[in-house]
Amino acid sequence: MPYMTGIYGNPSSVHRFGRLTRDALEQARVQVAQCVGAEANQVIFTSGGTEANNLAIKGSLLNQALASIAVSPIEHACVLEPAKAMAKLGWKLDLLVVDDQGRVVTDHLKSTMTAETRFVSVMAANNETGVLQDLAHLVEVSKSVNPDVLFHSDACQMLGKLPISFKQLGLDLMSVSSHKLYGPQGAGALIVSRSIDLQPQILGGGQEKGLRSGTENLAAIVGFGRAAELATETQQARKEHVQKLQQQLVDSLIDQPGVTVFSSQAERLPNTVQFSVQGIDGETLLMQLDRKGFAVSSGSACDSGRTDPSHVLLAMGIDDMIAKGAIRVSFGEQNTSEQIVQFIDVLAQIRQQFN
Amino acid sequence: MSDLKLPIYFDYSATTPVDARVAEVMTHYLTVDSHFGNPASRSHAFGWSADEAIDTARGQVAALVNCDPREIVWTSGATESNNLAIKGAAHFYQKNGKHIITCKTEHKAVLDTCRQLEREGYEVTYLDPETNGLVDLNKLKAAFRDDTILVSIMHVNNEIGVIQDIQAIGELCRENKIIFHVDAAQSAGKVDIDLSKLKVDLMSFSAHKIYGPKGIGALYVRRKPRIRIEAQMHGGGHERGMRSGTLATHQIAGMGEAFRIAKEEMHAENARFLALRNRLYNGLKDMEEVYVNGDMDHRIAGNLNISFNFVEGESLIMALKDIAVSSGSACTSASLEPSYVLRAIGRSDELAHSSLRFTIGRYTTEEEIDYTIGLVKKAVDKLRDLSPLWDMFKDGIDLNSVEWAAH
Repeated sequence: MPYMTGIYGNPSSVHRFGRLTRDALEQARVQVAQCVGAEANQVIFTSGGTEANNLAIKGSLLNQALASIAVSPIEHACVLEPAKAMAKLGWKLDLLVVDDQGRVVTDHLKSTMTAETRFVSVMAANNETGVLQDLAHLVEVSKSVNPDVLFHSDACQMLGKLPISFKQLGLDLMSVSSHKLYGPQGAGALIVSRSIDLQPQILGGGQEKGLRSGTENLAAIVGFGRAAELATETQQARKEHVQKLQQQLVDSLIDQPGVTVFSSQAERLPNTVQFSVQGIDGETLLMQLDRKGFAVSSGSACDSGRTDPSHVLLAMGIDDMIAKGAIRVSFGEQNTSEQIVQFIDVLAQIRQQFN
Repeated sequence: MSDLKLPIYFDYSATTPVDARVAEVMTHYLTVDSHFGNPASRSHAFGWSADEAIDTARGQVAALVNCDPREIVWTSGATESNNLAIKGAAHFYQKNGKHIITCKTEHKAVLDTCRQLEREGYEVTYLDPETNGLVDLNKLKAAFRDDTILVSIMHVNNEIGVIQDIQAIGELCRENKIIFHVDAAQSAGKVDIDLSKLKVDLMSFSAHKIYGPKGIGALYVRRKPRIRIEAQMHGGGHERGMRSGTLATHQIAGMGEAFRIAKEEMHAENARFLALRNRLYNGLKDMEEVYVNGDMDHRIAGNLNISFNFVEGESLIMALKDIAVSSGSACTSASLEPSYVLRAIGRSDELAHSSLRFTIGRYTTEEEIDYTIGLVKKAVDKLRDLSPLWDMFKDGIDLNSVEWAAH
């Protein structure tokens, strides 16, 4: 709040008002960097995860000669769509293969990649199933085929839930977002290793070392910084809390006839459970749940205007009908064990109605 | 001088504080006891109320500029809006031609975007403004070519505050079937805009220039006749595919409230700003060798850009620590280059260097103006006392005729 009504300068102004906001901006940069295991000067603030992903892909490819890129099929639309936009410009786009749990198949990555592969993008944690990728391994495999390949990871869903280190994973580019981290909407960042010659996508003004112009969304960025700092501090406690809830929900669901819990054999985010109930369409189920006071989702919020089955589940080889029934439950620190019990009760009532 | 708080803010064109009423609306969409949902979540009540808030804000923004709410596309700010409008239209209509016309005094968000398009093979004509800062319509018409697809001219200039005749420019463009984009970051809420009458096809807006939050803006995209743009940010398909990315509900709600307040209070506020601006101008204009930059009649009420000959701008700003003003726009003010806007209207390097931009806003008081007049006069006199050039000028030496010895 102080950065809206009290400390309101433009960070680019030289006077005192501007200086105060510039200091706040740099503090947030350090906080975000510490949270993701990067250097402060590797953090470029953006308007969110979508912009960070767009900047990562277009910014590092548009000034290169045409070659090929490899992207996992379970990426968020804001990775898949820019990748398709590159394909339209003449880049060869290879979609990687995932196993039935949603993990990228290493052998397939190895056989797909060539010396012509300039860019690989695999998300750290999936937004629907919550499945985690073995990024360090995937980076190593990719670089063994082509040491110059740029490895990008969309870590928007990972941040604040599990620790992640840009440096340790050996990533070249990583996208993060504030609002999945209990920070405000409207701020995100692209972490860029210093060796990359990134071409800016929003021009004019020269903020963020020329890599992202436009007056910084200061209040949101300060909030992002603080959320990142809090995440580093409270991540472990929060993780234990939501993991218990996750376990409780999975245990109650897994033996129910007609219920499929997705990616249950894989390492997942501690806060996400995605499942499907035979005979009830996902949209219908969530309307019913909403009427009873449970806000869940059928998958990615961004796709929720549509009724197509999830591209993530289809990529895992899940049957169309089962995929159509998918709903995603994600927990936050405000949820309780009693809510899970109530949820299971309500789910049973709804299933009875539909039988 | 009882409650005069220092430093005094005279940089409302760089950014404004968030109005308390706007901040109040925004808090409703931030914390857990409120409407914090993702507006794209169609499936639950948390998403719905966020969606309603966005519809309300869309209506509020549309109401200020008299357009259809469906013509408003949210962005992260005017810089992104300008990028999206210019690149989006240029890419979409490239089959019709690759020539673009703009003006040398545009904001960097427009100029740098045009430079990028030049690298992609487009041709750009950069018009010279007149010495009052305004674009000559005949010169614009003369620049039209068969392959001209887009004209981008700002409504109000960020440095000198002059108002371009976008009505006439729009008519010209429409007659010639050329798309017309207007950067209205500095004019929305300060000048009447009626998009039902103006022949404007694309218009960029910012929230933080009119007491809304930073990090949010909008692009107006005309529906009739329909204007198409190629999306510049992909994924998710938000904003009817024109701009993807999670919408920041609190920011949008804040922008809506800021635009609502502007619509209600703009006229009364302008009268007040004009009185304050004239008070400041009258207090300074009788000093020797001061020059107002830009037309005084076609100018927003809250702007005074003035040069003090024989004074170095940066030293002047240092001497005026108790007031926050800018020399040149904030975005380029970290550099010591003279303002490209002042150079484009024909000011010498010396006068461009010695310019100060005062911008008056919602919280400026008469007391602050009076204090500032005294402060500026004193600082200018003191700096001139130290200046050998000033001495020479006072002795009647024509400085332009002096041949300086090489160092």
